[in-house]
Amino acid sequence: MPEQLEGSQAVARTVAACRPEVICAYPISPQTHIVEALSRLVKSGALHPCEFVNVESEYAAMSVAIGASATGARAYTATASQGLLYMAEALYNASGLGLPIVMTVANRAIGAPINIWNDHSDSMSQRDSGWIQLYVESNQEAADVHVQAFRIAEALSLPVMVCMDGFILTHAVERVELPDPDRVDAFLPAFEPRQLLDPSAPVTIGAMVGPEAYTEVRYLAHYKQMQALDLIPEVAAAFQQAFGRASGGLLRPYRSSDAETIVVALGSVLGTIEDCVDQLRDDGHRIGAVGLRTFRPWPAEEVRRALEGARHVIVLEKALSVGIGGIVAQNVHRALEGLPITVHTVIAGLGGRPITMASLRSLCERGLAGTLPDTTFLDLEEALVDAEIGRMRGGRRSGPHAENMLRDVGTVGAAGLT
Amino acid sequence: MTATRLKYFQTGSFAAGNRLVEPSERSEQAAPGRANAITCGHRACQGCGEALGARYALDAAMRATGGELIAANATGCLEVFSTPYPESSWQLPWIHSLFGNAAAVSTGIAAALRAKGNTRTRVIGQGGDGGTVDIGFACLSGMFERGDDVLFICYDNEAYMNTGVQRSAATPPSARTATTQAVGEAPGAPWGQGKNAPLIALAHEIPYVATATIADLRDLEAKVERAMQIRGARYLHVLVTCPLGWGTASGDAIRVARLAVETGIFPVWEGGDGEVTAVTRIRHRTPVEEYLKLQTRFRHLFTPVRDDATIARIQARADRNIERFGLVGEAGQHPLDLHEEGGS
Amino acid sequence: MSALPTPFAITLDVGSSRANHTGSWRSERPEYVRLTAPCGAGCPAAEDVQQWLYHAEEGGYEAAWRKIMERNPFPAVCGRVCYHPCETACNRGQLDDAVGINSVERFLGDQAIAHGWTVRAMPPSGRRVLVVGAGPSGLSAAYHLALLGHHVTVRDMAPAAGGMMRYGIPKYRLPREVLDAEVQRIADLGVVFELGHHVGDVVAEQLDGGFDAVFLAVGAQLPQRTYVPAGSAAKILDAIALLRDVEDGSAGPPLLGRRVAVYGGGNTAMDAARTAKRLGADEAVIVYRRTRDHMPAHESELQEALEEGVQVRWLSTIAHADAGTLTIERMELDEHGYPQPTGRFEELEADAVVLATGQVSDLSLLDGVPGIERRDHAVTVDANLMTGHPGLFAGGDMVPAQRTVTVGIGHGRRAAHGIDRWLRGIETEAPVELNDSASETGVGPQPSLTEVPFERLNPWYYSDAPRTVRDQLDAVRRCTTFDEVVLGLDESTALFEARRCLSCGNCLACDNCYGVCPDNAVVKLTPPGAYAYAFDLDFCKGCGLCAQECPCGAIEMHPEPI
Repeated sequence: MPEQLEGSQAVARTVAACRPEVICAYPISPQTHIVEALSRLVKSGALHPCEFVNVESEYAAMSVAIGASATGARAYTATASQGLLYMAEALYNASGLGLPIVMTVANRAIGAPINIWNDHSDSMSQRDSGWIQLYVESNQEAADVHVQAFRIAEALSLPVMVCMDGFILTHAVERVELPDPDRVDAFLPAFEPRQLLDPSAPVTIGAMVGPEAYTEVRYLAHYKQMQALDLIPEVAAAFQQAFGRASGGLLRPYRSSDAETIVVALGSVLGTIEDCVDQLRDDGHRIGAVGLRTFRPWPAEEVRRALEGARHVIVLEKALSVGIGGIVAQNVHRALEGLPITVHTVIAGLGGRPITMASLRSLCERGLAGTLPDTTFLDLEEALVDAEIGRMRGGRRSGPHAENMLRDVGTVGAAGLT
Repeated sequence: MTATRLKYFQTGSFAAGNRLVEPSERSEQAAPGRANAITCGHRACQGCGEALGARYALDAAMRATGGELIAANATGCLEVFSTPYPESSWQLPWIHSLFGNAAAVSTGIAAALRAKGNTRTRVIGQGGDGGTVDIGFACLSGMFERGDDVLFICYDNEAYMNTGVQRSAATPPSARTATTQAVGEAPGAPWGQGKNAPLIALAHEIPYVATATIADLRDLEAKVERAMQIRGARYLHVLVTCPLGWGTASGDAIRVARLAVETGIFPVWEGGDGEVTAVTRIRHRTPVEEYLKLQTRFRHLFTPVRDDATIARIQARADRNIERFGLVGEAGQHPLDLHEEGGS
Repeated sequence: MSALPTPFAITLDVGSSRANHTGSWRSERPEYVRLTAPCGAGCPAAEDVQQWLYHAEEGGYEAAWRKIMERNPFPAVCGRVCYHPCETACNRGQLDDAVGINSVERFLGDQAIAHGWTVRAMPPSGRRVLVVGAGPSGLSAAYHLALLGHHVTVRDMAPAAGGMMRYGIPKYRLPREVLDAEVQRIADLGVVFELGHHVGDVVAEQLDGGFDAVFLAVGAQLPQRTYVPAGSAAKILDAIALLRDVEDGSAGPPLLGRRVAVYGGGNTAMDAARTAKRLGADEAVIVYRRTRDHMPAHESELQEALEEGVQVRWLSTIAHADAGTLTIERMELDEHGYPQPTGRFEELEADAVVLATGQVSDLSLLDGVPGIERRDHAVTVDANLMTGHPGLFAGGDMVPAQRTVTVGIGHGRRAAHGIDRWLRGIETEAPVELNDSASETGVGPQPSLTEVPFERLNPWYYSDAPRTVRDQLDAVRRCTTFDEVVLGLDESTALFEARRCLSCGNCLACDNCYGVCPDNAVVKLTPPGAYAYAFDLDFCKGCGLCAQECPCGAIEMHPEPI
């Protein structure tokens, strides 16, 4: 039965339905509500058996999950932003060891400057970590994809990151139909680890591998992740069959089959984009959207198939690879290699900057008109950066950009939660 | 007159075994069926104190748990020399994750076991001094304060040996390492730095903290045994010598560890809940010089010019340990080492 | 467990490193050795002390005793009268106190008597050997010859066997029932004793008796008299005669008077002075020309004498003896330690003077025997103790050597083996080796002759344990009786003492090598082979920890053969 739920609560209750045996967490906004709710479920006995470990850092959180998973426990944690970066070493380790940990990333910007609001800088920075990355559009999808994530992770013995937009989803109250626990039990088989720390059948996990086999190990990691391209749609289909809802998968086209211009994006912004598409369609434009659900592994073929009919593709992404530009756009570019399609990069929504319908519409119109440059920073305050660039040219000791610009816009100092 | 028997067993409890006592009174290392938790074929240097210390400790823990043991290992010599693909020297379930997270991985293992209702299987986290007192310290402290059911063992060889002998927070003052070279006005590691991990562990008010060395096997085994009888976070800090990093003869690995104790350089004690409750007394008090001169990492104290002032300073440090921990005095002895009249 | 294979390379099978043979790293390899412990090397009777202590440590008293009996038929006697050079040599002396080897030997000897343990001889050889002299040397030779299957006849002019053990060593040091028991054990091997038989012409007796060989061990019983100017009323007698008379008893107790002076500084002087006290003298004063450092008497003998109230006049000679009074000249030592007269005199009241200034052998039985060579009242013998006359062997006090019971016992055994070889026609100038008969029962191969210095041991491993001092009779009581002064160890103290042995150069099966090897390259052998352990050279890296940490120095590192 659908309920009005905060995204974090929806995720927490769904995760609980997946019967994790070890949950470890370290507080960081905007992930905190999820683990708070889970800690309550464990403490109250509603989620049992399960150990909730209050660790001293995200690095420890992932490490506890590694130990638990290697001991055959279904392990879960959640983090965001700096926390994700702080566990970076352990992320690579978890995937390298092939441990099917599921983690929610409540996407948030990375400092400096410190910023607690949403973008995808954190998870994008870990796109090469060997984790499967699933992005969700809504709280309903967030809940549903967590169930799928455990099944995918354990089937492949690979960790899965479920990326949901911080605040925009985690703190938003929406109508959600939680996956029914009994059906979750039926959908999610018991965890059968591929390797196990077990005194009755001891193994050594985590050997040192030198040049003679390291390449092969990495190749196999890649091979294994690429298998997810088959598995993820299967699981999504199975989920739809079991729960009667379409959630997850590799990507989802929206009115794009005959579109000349397609907007590609991940996460919650897709809702706004779809509204924008509807408006422009009403005005007679052949525009559509493709919402990416799986970013790692990269569904190159599916992306190509979804976009091959377009002339212009606008990749709107909430992360920036400093020094080159878009991250998702590069991947899309590769998927469209050899096709007469122009790919535009739009960097949008960094650090929580709202992506308004007006801005989106004007962006799409420019795209339709063929006037969109290669890379666009949506709603960039050009006067502000020009002034700062001018100052920089004036001397080396121009001071920190962020402070200078904040002074320019009249904000006294940066404040925020961490 | 009551008949009395004099008890005396030649090498008492000092040697690994003793043909004069029942097998049950011998060390686990004397047992033909010991676990050999780390077995041969490993690539540790000749005379490696860490390989020895790890086998001592883990075999004792295997005995104490009836083989129901899982170990998590920090990156470092112990990990590298024991598990180069395609060979492993471990004979118990063992995992290596990262350099700094062995304590947290151990927590995860313990949490998993608990969630599964497995109260038989116990967990040991282990690492060198780098993985314990430096990069792994946050995870270790977290594990301590949460009271996770883990025995963490630090095999302290007083520097980063795996990477080529660089200073750690456990490197003693004046010791030469690759990053505290024996050059300049104050050669070797600086004074007034470093940390005493066992005392910091004790300050966590965990139920069991002890120090030990590879020079006193029975003491080490007894401590592991006691630690395994307790639930909660426990810490054992074992001094293990490193012929490579310390510049000692490989055959001197135990002798040097023994001298570290006999000089007062390394106090051997046991405690818990915030208090030191027992110390191992020095048998034959020895000047620190006897310890220092066996190690090339201290060679600059003796040549080209003898540095009496620094030697005296190191002696004063040892003397302070002796006074602080009460290392000199009537020794509490293992029953096998007693020779007074026993029961009738 | 999952049916899927474990992840490639990062997950490995346990114990798979055994495929990596690290033995190839080695430049030196350890080897177990058996070396000679200093106690055994120091034993005049060539006892393998370390080996018999090894048995005793385990409570294997009979095995220990049998180990002694391979070399020495007199454990109970030697456990009382030997001056135990083994203990002087004992490495434990450098740690705390030497092991009380002598006490343990006595304990074992007494156990054997108490339990009636016996030894067995080899089948008869058909050869006949005459032994002249039933002292320690002769009896030892008789014992070993009998063990080797030879028929032995022992002749001695005294009415009882034992020689100086009976007629020179007072009862309070060696109870006669102990001596009798150990002599009887020799008789039980079939040795024929013909006592009260003075051998005047040895060659004639050999021919008459049809003996294939003869061992002479007539001892040294003639007093080497020092001239003491004396008045006619002065009472002067020989220590050796005094001790013999006390033992004999037929003439009643010797009358010495209230104050007795004993002249000399050897063990016989100590015995004489202590005997005088027991015979009723209020004062027994030893007059000795040098100082305590130079005194030939064994320190323990002097100490016991002093405890019994015997006095010593150091740096003194008797210049003149009169009835009741001696004139003593004070001496001083020159730079070489020799006493020089000072011309200063003093008086000492003494009713009798007992001379204890040495004895020599009566070699008259060799008069006219061809090939015999004598030097300084002694017979010259070769390394196997054969004289210049073929088939005629000699030992004990009558050949140049230290004159002690244990030396005599050692001579007897060496001569027995020399005779045995000679009888079997093995002509050899090479001495019978220390290890010739032993060690079938020992752990490991024959010891090398390398003696183990203290520095080779790792003394840290031995529990602290000061020596168990044998109880002594209360001094007052013992002065008035001939009861045995030094009491034996009981079982627990003997065991304690045995276990103080450091087992120098000989594996004591402490498992330390097995324990300390960082490469698990020491293998326990069940059952033990040549040694209790072996090295697994597939894995031994040659670090040397086992050798360094071997308590008893029984592992050596040798360069790896190239």
